[in-house]
Amino acid sequence: MGGTLVKLDGVAKSYRRGNQDIVVLDALDLSIEQGDFLALMGPSGSGKSTLLNLVGGLDQPTRGSVTVGDARLDQMSGGQLARWRAQHVGFVFQFYNLLGVLSAEKNVEVPLLLTKLSRAQRRKHVATALEVVGLADRASHKPSELSGGQAQRVAIARALVGDPDLLVCDEPTGDLDRATADEILNLLQVLNRDHGKTIVMVTHDPKAAEAARQTLHLDKGKLVDAQRGAA
Amino acid sequence: MKYLPLVWAALWRRKPRTILTMLSVVVAFLLYALLTAVNAAFNTGVELSGADRLVTTGKYSITQVLPYGYWQQIKNMDGVEDVTFASWFGGYYQEEFNFFPQFPVDPQSYFDVYSELTIAQDQLQAFVTTRTGAVVSKTLAERYGWSLGERIPITAGIWPLADGSNSWEFDLVGIFDTADPAARSQHEYMLMQHEYFDEARQFGQGTVGWFISQIGDPQQAPQLARAIDEQFANSPNETRSDTEKAFNQSFLKQMGDIGLIIQSILGAVFFTLLFLTGNTMMQSVRERIGELAVLKTIGFSGGSLLMIVLAEALMLTLLAALAGLGLAAVLLPGLAENMPGFSGLALDLEAWVTALLLALLLALVVGLPPALRAQRLSIVDALSEHA
Repeated sequence: MGGTLVKLDGVAKSYRRGNQDIVVLDALDLSIEQGDFLALMGPSGSGKSTLLNLVGGLDQPTRGSVTVGDARLDQMSGGQLARWRAQHVGFVFQFYNLLGVLSAEKNVEVPLLLTKLSRAQRRKHVATALEVVGLADRASHKPSELSGGQAQRVAIARALVGDPDLLVCDEPTGDLDRATADEILNLLQVLNRDHGKTIVMVTHDPKAAEAARQTLHLDKGKLVDAQRGAA
Repeated sequence: MKYLPLVWAALWRRKPRTILTMLSVVVAFLLYALLTAVNAAFNTGVELSGADRLVTTGKYSITQVLPYGYWQQIKNMDGVEDVTFASWFGGYYQEEFNFFPQFPVDPQSYFDVYSELTIAQDQLQAFVTTRTGAVVSKTLAERYGWSLGERIPITAGIWPLADGSNSWEFDLVGIFDTADPAARSQHEYMLMQHEYFDEARQFGQGTVGWFISQIGDPQQAPQLARAIDEQFANSPNETRSDTEKAFNQSFLKQMGDIGLIIQSILGAVFFTLLFLTGNTMMQSVRERIGELAVLKTIGFSGGSLLMIVLAEALMLTLLAALAGLGLAAVLLPGLAENMPGFSGLALDLEAWVTALLLALLLALVVGLPPALRAQRLSIVDALSEHA
C-alpha cells in the first residue's frame, strides 16, 4: 500500500434534534492507506454510516477536517463535493439502488454521463466494467430481471466504471444470502487486490469484515479498537 | 442531450399514469386549437371588412327593415360613390342542417360594391337578367356539388311566397369567388335577385334589410355615417350607420363575446390541467426520491437534477401538446368542409407558437416545484428514508 488516501483529524459530527445536540462522531482521528480494504463495524447508532458519508463526501463534519487525496472535503461547497464525488468515489449500497427503468448497461453508464467521454467511449468503459464483475451477458437486462447478487454486481460495476480511487460500500452484503454475499466479498477483494481500489465498507456481518484487510470498531462515535483481517 | 435517456426513462416509469396525463394534455391542446381556429374564423370577417364601406341598418335592430327608397337617397349623398343593399332570407337547402346565408340583392350594384368578389362577366349578366337567377360562392357549390343551370330549392324561414308556400326555387346562373382566398369563408352565401324576391314574397314589399355604401375617403366615414343617419332622423324608419368593421363586430356581439367565451373555456381547461399534470409530476418525483438521491450521490449536481425534472415536465407537456395540435391540424380541414362560413378554419403560425409557449409555461409551472425539491434534496436524509 502506498501513502495515506483518507485522513480525518478531530472530526466531530452532531445533529440538532429539538433543543438537543445529538453527537454522532466525537473527535475522531483516522487514516486510511491507499489500497487498503477497511471494514467499519459497530452497533446501530455508533456512527459508522455517518463516518462513511463523511469519507464519501456525502456529508460534512461539524468540526475537524476530512482530507481525501489532495482534497479537503470539509472546505468544499455542495457543487464542488458533487464534482469531486463524480471523479473520485464509487458507491455501493445495501439495496443496490439501481434505476429500475434502465437496463444494466444503462445503469452502469449513468456516472459516465457526467464526463466528457463520447458515446462510443462510454460504451467501451461500460462493457469493461460489466466484464470485471462477470455480468457481460446480462447487459441488456433490467434490475427486476436480475437476482440480488447480480444486481449488486451491476451496482459495483456502476461504482467502478469511472475508475475512482475509493469505493465506499454501505452494507454491500446486507441483503444477500451467505453464498451470494461471499461472491460479492470475493469480487471486492479482487478489486482491492488486483485493481488497487481502496475500499471502505460498513458492515454488521463479521464474515464480511473478515474479507477486509483491517476492521475498525466504532461505539458511541469513537473508534474502540482495530483488527488486521485476512485479505 | 446526454441526459435524454434518463429523462425519457423517468417519464415512462409509470406508463399508465403518463399516458393518461398525456391524453388529458392532448385533449386540452386539441380543444385550444379548435376553439382558437373558430375564434380566428369569426374574427377574419372583422379583419377583412372594407374600411371604405358603411353599413346602414334600422336604428334599433338589424332585423328592422328599411324602405327601398332610401337606396337612391343615400346614393345621392356627397362622398358616397356607390350603394347596394341586401336582405336576410334565412332559408335552408333540403334539410335544416344545410343552413347557409342567402341574400336577395341588386346583382349589379352588389358586385360593384363588393369588388373583392370575382365572377365571370357572362354569369353576372345572366344573374342580372334572370328573374329567378341565383349565384353562389365557389365553396358552397363545391360543398353541395352544384353546377350551373341547376334548380336549387330553398325552404324559407322568414319569407313565404305569396301563395303561403315556403318552397322557393332558384336557377343557379353563376358561381363567384374571392380575389383573396383568405376571404372565402366571409363570402360563403347565395345571392338572389331582389326584384323577384320582392314581387314573389307574401309581405314586406318595398323594403330591404340594410344598405352598404362605398365611400371615397375612409377618413370621412364617421362624418358620412352621421350624415346618412341625420338624413333619416325623425322618419318612421330611422337608421344607424357604421363602418362595415363595426357592423360585423356588433353582429358578432349579438351572439356573445366569442373571444371571452373561448378564453373562459380554455382558462378552466388549463387550470384543471395544472393540477392534473402538477400532481403527476409531484407523484413521479416523490416516488423517485431514492433514485434522485443516488444520482446526486454519484455526482449529479442539484442544478442537473433540477434540469432533468424540468426536462421531464417539458417532454410530457410538449409531446402531448404537439399531438393535440397535430390532431387538430388533421381534423380542421374536415370540419371546415362541413361547416358553412368556416371554410377558412385553420391553425395559423401564431396559434402554433402561442400553444407551444403555453406548453412551455405549463411545464415550468408544474415542473418547477418538484424540480426544486429534487435540487434541494439532502442525500443523507433521502438515502436513509429510502433504505
